Amino acid sequence: MPARSLTQAGARGRAALPAGLRFVPALTVGLLVVPVFVGLLSAVLPGLGYFPLLGGTSLSLEPLRAIFAAPGIERSIFLAAFTGLASTSIALLLTFVLLACAWNTPVLGFARRLVAPLLSVPHAAAAVGLAFLIAPSGFLFRLLSPELTGFSRPPDLLIIQDPLGLAMIAGLVAKEMPFLMLMALAALPGLHGQRRQMVLSSMGYGRATGFFVAIAPPLYRLIRLPVFAVLVYASSVADVALILGPTTPAPLAVRILEWASDPDLSGRFQAAAGALVQIALTLSLLALWIAGERALGWLWRAIVLSGWRGTAGSGGSAVRAAALTVSLVPVVAVAIGLTLLVLWSFAGPWRFPDALPASFTLRSWMQLGSGAWELIGTTLWVAIVPTLIAAVLIIGCLEVEHATGRTGGSRALLVLYLPLLIPQVTFLFGLQFLAIVLRADGMIVSVMAVHLVFVLPYMYLSLADPYRRFDPRILQVAAGMGMGFWRRLFQVRMPMMLAPLLTALAIGIAVSIGQYLPTLLIGSGRVPTLTTEAVALSAGGNRRALGVAATLQAFLPFVAFWLALAVPAFVARNRRGLQVA
Amino acid sequence: MKQMVDTSNAPLCLDGLEIRLGDRTLVSVTADVAPGGVLTVMGPSGSGKSTLLHALSGSLAPVFTLSGRAKMGSVDLLALPPETRRMGLLFQDALLFPHLSVCGNLMLAIPRGAAKGRAARQALAEEALAAIGLEGFGARDPATLSGGQAARVALQRTLLSQPRALLLDEPFSKLDAALRADMRALVFDHARARQLPVVMVTHDPDDAAAAGGPVFELE
Repeated sequence: MPARSLTQAGARGRAALPAGLRFVPALTVGLLVVPVFVGLLSAVLPGLGYFPLLGGTSLSLEPLRAIFAAPGIERSIFLAAFTGLASTSIALLLTFVLLACAWNTPVLGFARRLVAPLLSVPHAAAAVGLAFLIAPSGFLFRLLSPELTGFSRPPDLLIIQDPLGLAMIAGLVAKEMPFLMLMALAALPGLHGQRRQMVLSSMGYGRATGFFVAIAPPLYRLIRLPVFAVLVYASSVADVALILGPTTPAPLAVRILEWASDPDLSGRFQAAAGALVQIALTLSLLALWIAGERALGWLWRAIVLSGWRGTAGSGGSAVRAAALTVSLVPVVAVAIGLTLLVLWSFAGPWRFPDALPASFTLRSWMQLGSGAWELIGTTLWVAIVPTLIAAVLIIGCLEVEHATGRTGGSRALLVLYLPLLIPQVTFLFGLQFLAIVLRADGMIVSVMAVHLVFVLPYMYLSLADPYRRFDPRILQVAAGMGMGFWRRLFQVRMPMMLAPLLTALAIGIAVSIGQYLPTLLIGSGRVPTLTTEAVALSAGGNRRALGVAATLQAFLPFVAFWLALAVPAFVARNRRGLQVA
Repeated sequence: MKQMVDTSNAPLCLDGLEIRLGDRTLVSVTADVAPGGVLTVMGPSGSGKSTLLHALSGSLAPVFTLSGRAKMGSVDLLALPPETRRMGLLFQDALLFPHLSVCGNLMLAIPRGAAKGRAARQALAEEALAAIGLEGFGARDPATLSGGQAARVALQRTLLSQPRALLLDEPFSKLDAALRADMRALVFDHARARQLPVVMVTHDPDDAAAAGGPVFELE
């Protein structure tokens, strides 16, 4: 069968992949799926009473019963649901309002440039910054006092850690909006906005109305998985809840964390049962969200088919300007919050109604001393190792995809989103269980391994598009010149893709530095990073030390993103054909 | 170093070469392309012209099935990975590597065995630039070259890599009319001088006329 053998030879000739690479996609899928499922299983079984090490050998509903007997548990569940749904809805709404007002205008380019730095701000740092801004003794009240408010001492108001979790919702919105914005901006070009807008305006639709008529529905469909991920995250978040959320009782995830760190080991049954409840809650919220999608779909059809054109005339632009302003509030709040972190870290005496510190000092930074270097070192180490491993895995996956022409399709996307669609606190708690049993908890390697699970999806999402858009003819020319696989990769593709590659690395580092729960749970508190330090300090009263830790936590990812812009720009300074950022 | 066996004077023999997509046959060709000769492949877009070049260069997408033979002398091209086939490719875009200087583009193409040491490689590259009237352009950013200059550098880059054959994919279609004739002459002259078989895909009848060789029509 000469024909057949030649076909194979031809196929082998094309692919010419180093043999080891073929296993990379399976390995990567395994690294994403196995920890999630193993962790989930080791959380669910103890939650049902099965945990031989602690004497639970048969399934029972006792732990669940105990959970529902815990004081304030209904409130904790309600808070998780309410803050999750509210923050996701508001973040999504603001994102779409901003896009509706700004699409096909220069404002969108401005937003595009703001997204990456905002996204790089870790949740904890953003939350601390927000607390410094809106707390009764915070910057806002200082600005208005005593002239407008008459306060000469901080008012006795429960703004931070308010019982309804409003501050927490604000913090989550401020952080989730840039993420949704990034996803939307990435999806938008495929929707041919400019051409659609011309058609729409010829039919008498204004800019914003046209957006909701023609762009919003397909756009939402494209960013649905990220929206789900936001909802899951917001309904099970721990660090933001610890800093901004209510305390008596706290949202469910924080309660689980408390039970899990209970020195009395029977607390683990309770934590496991709590994890079960969290999963059920998150699934219910997703179901509710999908029902909400349906309802909105109906409403949307009713409005659009009625031919509604919105408010025509001059009123439109005023409304648009107002909407734009509102949608930018979270962005501005984070920016001011970050400034306040820095201010506090250098603040000398700063009495209440004063808007600014009386003097600046390096003392808070000095006090951290050599401990700071250790914290920075651990933080970077825990970020860089998983990021580099993830980069190798992702490039391997994308090379196999390039050679075989097979993308994983929607199933691969689901695998990628898996760690983001399961509440962190549940499977991480299970993994911690397992790590303790295997005596692998508290080891820096274990923390790196868990970070890899969270770093991989974001990096993949950022690198896949530029990788697929790469002109295949360049590589064909290189192969025709006699360059083998590795030379094509390292001498042609990587240098040409330096900008997207470094951006992906920066995203990996930022994501890792932002991880609180994985670091705390798998590190068993013995692998302190800037993140765990900042959250721990937020419980105390030392704003200066907190300012230092949070400033550093926000600064490191920022530097990574800055390098990801500066290095390619420097390399390409004499190379106009090279794509920069 | 078996790859270094000189086959540059051998014809390119396509023997019952067939490319199928599912049960549809896109291309079925038997032809000998003499050293220095040009086989022109014409046909409407979507007819599989470029696919034939992909099959020969080794970048055929896996959805296609390939049968038959493509040989040069004793070398069975289809059995080789793309990087050892040494099929010099030229497209309508010059596709110079944007991260390297003009000289870097050329030096990258020179086979390891062809010149020892950086200085010798650079000398070869400069010489190649001089041959196309671009003396002193070595340090330039490829993005600063005009279309015609870039096309000539791309040709020299391909030739420096010592190809067994040239595969041209609508190579002149982006050049303006005056440049087009010059570039055609340059490419075909070099191919003849080096006795390289050429397969050219085009839908410009003038290209076919200038090539002067047999024309293979795809439908």
